[in-house]
Amino acid sequence: MSGDRLHRRGLLKALAAVGGFAVSGCDRLASEPRFRSVVDAANSLTYKVQRLLIGADRLAPEYSEADISAAFRANGSTDPQDKEYLDLAGNHFADWRLKVDGLVEHELSLSLEELRAWPARTQITRHDCVEGWSCIGKWTGVPLSEILSRAGVRPEARFVVFHCADTLDDGGEFGVDPERIRYYESIDLIDAAHPQTILAYEMNGKLLTVPYGAPLRLRLERQLGYKMAKYIMRIELVQSFADLHGGRGGYWEDRGYEWYAGI
Amino acid sequence: MAAVPTPDSPVAERWYRRHAGLVRITHWINVVCFSLLLMSGLQIFNAHPALYVGDRSDFDHPTMSIRAQQSERGIVGETVILGHSFDTTGMLGASSEDGQISRRAFPSWITIPSYQDLATGRRWHFFFAWLLVLNGLIYLAWGLASRHFGRDLLPGGVELSHIGRKIREHLRLRFPRGAPAKRYNVLQQLAYLLVIFVLFPLMILTGLTMSPGIDSAVPQLLTLFGGRQTARLIHFVAASGLVLFVIVHLVMVLVSGVWNNLRSMVTGWYDLGNPRTTDVR
Repeated sequence: MSGDRLHRRGLLKALAAVGGFAVSGCDRLASEPRFRSVVDAANSLTYKVQRLLIGADRLAPEYSEADISAAFRANGSTDPQDKEYLDLAGNHFADWRLKVDGLVEHELSLSLEELRAWPARTQITRHDCVEGWSCIGKWTGVPLSEILSRAGVRPEARFVVFHCADTLDDGGEFGVDPERIRYYESIDLIDAAHPQTILAYEMNGKLLTVPYGAPLRLRLERQLGYKMAKYIMRIELVQSFADLHGGRGGYWEDRGYEWYAGI
Repeated sequence: MAAVPTPDSPVAERWYRRHAGLVRITHWINVVCFSLLLMSGLQIFNAHPALYVGDRSDFDHPTMSIRAQQSERGIVGETVILGHSFDTTGMLGASSEDGQISRRAFPSWITIPSYQDLATGRRWHFFFAWLLVLNGLIYLAWGLASRHFGRDLLPGGVELSHIGRKIREHLRLRFPRGAPAKRYNVLQQLAYLLVIFVLFPLMILTGLTMSPGIDSAVPQLLTLFGGRQTARLIHFVAASGLVLFVIVHLVMVLVSGVWNNLRSMVTGWYDLGNPRTTDVR
């Protein structure tokens, strides 16, 4: 019996040692490039399976007026201090223009006025942050498909890139951002054509305010919040992300987050 | 072991092949997956350590939250459940990281990575979630085809009627040896059924319900669980249930013959003890 107890104590000690080694090993594994690429394979699998499962036009659930969050949390940039942006905001975005360029037939330059005159869609949807919380809001804007069809997408284009006005000051925490990069994001053409993918200029029946991305932000209802670029200045059609900053297709993507954020 | 046992030789009665190869392999893969899912899951939870009921987060009234506050005696960790606050300094809300007290919901020794890194936590979580699901599907398919579930896990009426006695035996740490040890007892059967057919499916389904992509494909999941935030709450509660199971499971493994149990889950062979003394120890 005492031998048994010794065995047990030895086993517990061994387990604790293995546990400790496993934890420090996990940190080291997490930063090991080859292991990272194995782990990343799961995300491409998720992307492919979800694309297969969901279908191009399946709508994200829409909610009723009664479900709208009383206090919708604003995350990421909430008050850009970039001079160009402050100047535009100071004039109520009268001088703001949305540029559409890259792999398009016709480059566009659109004022807020023009966009507001176009066919609009209103939707009450749930916003899911990568951190885990959800808020519900009502959004009105121009379907992205409308803008793209007017610009004419060239056949070699594969992604839509959003260039934004805000510099997300991360204090250099991620070490990639010495020259203060402005926010950028990208989506594929399936999501770009989705009926709920809109460029919103209204939230809860009022003009979009600064914390929520004035004058224009993306709503991409089947993915997480960080995909939904705010303070959009320019839309660019591209064939690949290779020339876009870190090459992974978005500000947070270049800092380790998944490009496909449907999960 | 049991080289050429004849049916009536004592050797044949002593060594029993308790776990099939597939059960053993899937069990250990599951150990790895569950541990890493738990630890990466707590990393993800730490990014917003509050749980809510419904579709949206009511930030002022979470059902449960873990937070840190500055007090005259430094940073204190606080866990609030249904409005009741508990001081959990050292474990939840504020704990030591690199020798310094820091604000974090779950402590660094139980999260992957140990430091705050939501992106990596998510990557690991989804990788091992896929592995867990594939492993689970193989186990389920095999369990059905081989009648493992019906034969070994489904308690019969007689076994169910002995449940009170089994609980008393377990509390006194008395476990069967000899022939009765060949079968799972009724408490094991119920615990394993709960884990395999309730808790793990709940984990997977509530996990999927948190995916905005899946919600557009299968909005019924939101109705089933009462909203994305409720699904997140259930995900956390079911995970806690699994942790509780693992603790009880490990204690039982330890007290009912640790080497015999470990050997049978690695090699399959379980020592029933000397067949001439098949007493309850």
